Amino acid sequence: MGINFRQETFRNDFSFKNSPEQIRRFPFPFHEDGYMYSVNIEPHVPGPKNTVFEHLFDVDEHYISEMRDRAMVLAEDPLRCQSLPYMTLAGWDTLELLMTEKAKSYPDLFSLTRDGDKWHWINRPLGIDDRFTFGDTSTLPYGPLEYITRQSQGDFAVLDQRDGNLWMDAGMVTTQADWSLDFDIGMNFFEWHAPVPLAHEMGVFNRALKFLMAIQQGQPARRFNWTMTINPRLDTSPENYHKWGTDRTTVTPDNVGHKVHLRVEVQMFFRLPRSNALLFPIRCYLIKMEELVSSPKWARRFHRVLRDLPDELAEYKGLVRYRPTTVEWLSKYDDGQPTSPGFGPD
Amino acid sequence: MKAGANRIEAVVTDIVTVNELVKRFHFRRTDGGILPTFSGGAHIVVEMRDEERTRLNPYSLMSSPLDTRDYTISVRRDDAGRGGSLFMHSRVEAGQRMVISSPVNLFSLDLRARKHLMIAGGIGITPFLAQTAQLAAEGGNFELHYCFRNDGVGSYADFLRQRYDRKVNLYRSDLQETFELERVLATQPLGTHLYVCGPEGMIDWVRATAAGLGWPMETVHYEHFAAPQPGKPFDVTLALSGIDIRVGEHESLLEAIEAAGIDPPYLCRGGVCGQCETNVISHDGKFLHNDHWLSEEDRRSGCKIMPCVSRFEGRSLVLER
Repeated sequence: MGINFRQETFRNDFSFKNSPEQIRRFPFPFHEDGYMYSVNIEPHVPGPKNTVFEHLFDVDEHYISEMRDRAMVLAEDPLRCQSLPYMTLAGWDTLELLMTEKAKSYPDLFSLTRDGDKWHWINRPLGIDDRFTFGDTSTLPYGPLEYITRQSQGDFAVLDQRDGNLWMDAGMVTTQADWSLDFDIGMNFFEWHAPVPLAHEMGVFNRALKFLMAIQQGQPARRFNWTMTINPRLDTSPENYHKWGTDRTTVTPDNVGHKVHLRVEVQMFFRLPRSNALLFPIRCYLIKMEELVSSPKWARRFHRVLRDLPDELAEYKGLVRYRPTTVEWLSKYDDGQPTSPGFGPD
Repeated sequence: MKAGANRIEAVVTDIVTVNELVKRFHFRRTDGGILPTFSGGAHIVVEMRDEERTRLNPYSLMSSPLDTRDYTISVRRDDAGRGGSLFMHSRVEAGQRMVISSPVNLFSLDLRARKHLMIAGGIGITPFLAQTAQLAAEGGNFELHYCFRNDGVGSYADFLRQRYDRKVNLYRSDLQETFELERVLATQPLGTHLYVCGPEGMIDWVRATAAGLGWPMETVHYEHFAAPQPGKPFDVTLALSGIDIRVGEHESLLEAIEAAGIDPPYLCRGGVCGQCETNVISHDGKFLHNDHWLSEEDRRSGCKIMPCVSRFEGRSLVLER
């Protein structure tokens, strides 16, 4: 079954939307009618068919358009992809992981042929056919991390592990929820999480760091994170705050359905074999409120989650200004019935 | 999440006697595939099925990370130990199937280093065989100092000398060749990282000397080869599981917990990684903490134990497991 790639935009006229099939597979992140931080990490193992977890790296109908948007972001600001000098090896590790998994999961779209260190990579959706020498950066048009992540949905932070901590020393970050690789590069786990409220007091970060440092080869893990975005904009970076910050003042009772989006991140953690670094892919999924409420269960539950969210979290996630309007709109879809357990739609 | 590391079905393809104490074991996948890529300093855990008992011992990978058609480890026979190395020496034969874990690296190179200074004692040479192969392939700057007792136990000394020539310095104690640690440490260029692997006394000596010379703590890396020590048997109650177990003389607490059908997390089985840390609910007796993980405060509190290497002497011990 081929993927019907959509031609759409994440800026200007915002033509992004999800097909009904894509809505069914949306990774709705709330398993109950409330939300609070938790480490909530589980093994990242291939999941059921027609879910975003069917393969380790999900490719969906937005692939080509997302990659086009990434190229535009990089053309304006090359610092969205950076790698400190000693992280090149981790870049090759990342390239190998993404190429082997994609070729295995989607043989009709991607192929990888290896003859020792002579590799041949074909990416059919993007029309790429390249031969290169594994480990020799001069044989690729970009560094290994940039080369492969220009062809992979989601952001990628690459974390060096040393001195009992993780350090954000490389990455490709163009679809972020208001954070910046250029700002965070070189920081350790506690430094880049410093702005997060409540979680420090709960000891969440100490436990999470301990868990992450013990992640082993062949045993990746994943967790959800979420926020909201006005207009289907992938690049909500601090660098471009002047472009999207004011969007938050434009929500009215009439436009909630198509303007307000739930933004879900599937965060994954992979131990890389040669560099011993930790790869942290952050895959972003967007869904409009009018698409979300096509599932009565999701509509009810998200109404309750958003309504009852602690103020500190709403503030941190930047939802304060449009939360009341959105909650009011969603309340029409909440009939007060109990929601069934689990993430999926009814 | 399942405890421990991913398991790989392997076959022992070759066993080579290196010298009077050390044998080298070669493993391949039983399905003929390539083994997982790893980085220098990684170890695997080898499962030994000794009748009804299963031993799980960690050994450093010494083969080149650039070639993963086979994994090789070296095992030094310890006649006074709990029997794992003796099992490897006397009971394992070429052609035998064994289960090994995916590689885990708790002693990785700091790739920021301008230069890598390596100090090995005895069988502590094994992780450096993989690390030097990795660095040599990238033109990395390293210098190795290797101390051993006599020619009969200087595993791979000739090989290293041949391959890396003057980057390798050998010291035989039977020839009264002394390793001038202080001079070596005092003359390194800025940006050098120090790695040491060997007997505990050597690690302590190197770390203390480096600290005395003002080496930043972050540039000094070490790996203990701490196997669990045998000791008097003791009884333990596992409160969450609701069972009582007895830890035998030649068994570790972790092994006894596993033998009872419980699957606690672990990575190193040598008291350094912190994965198997367990809360103590109550105790009447004395802990024999042999780990390098718990802080002095943890130990004084009597609330934690590392069951991979630590033991207990006394009347009762109740663990949250």
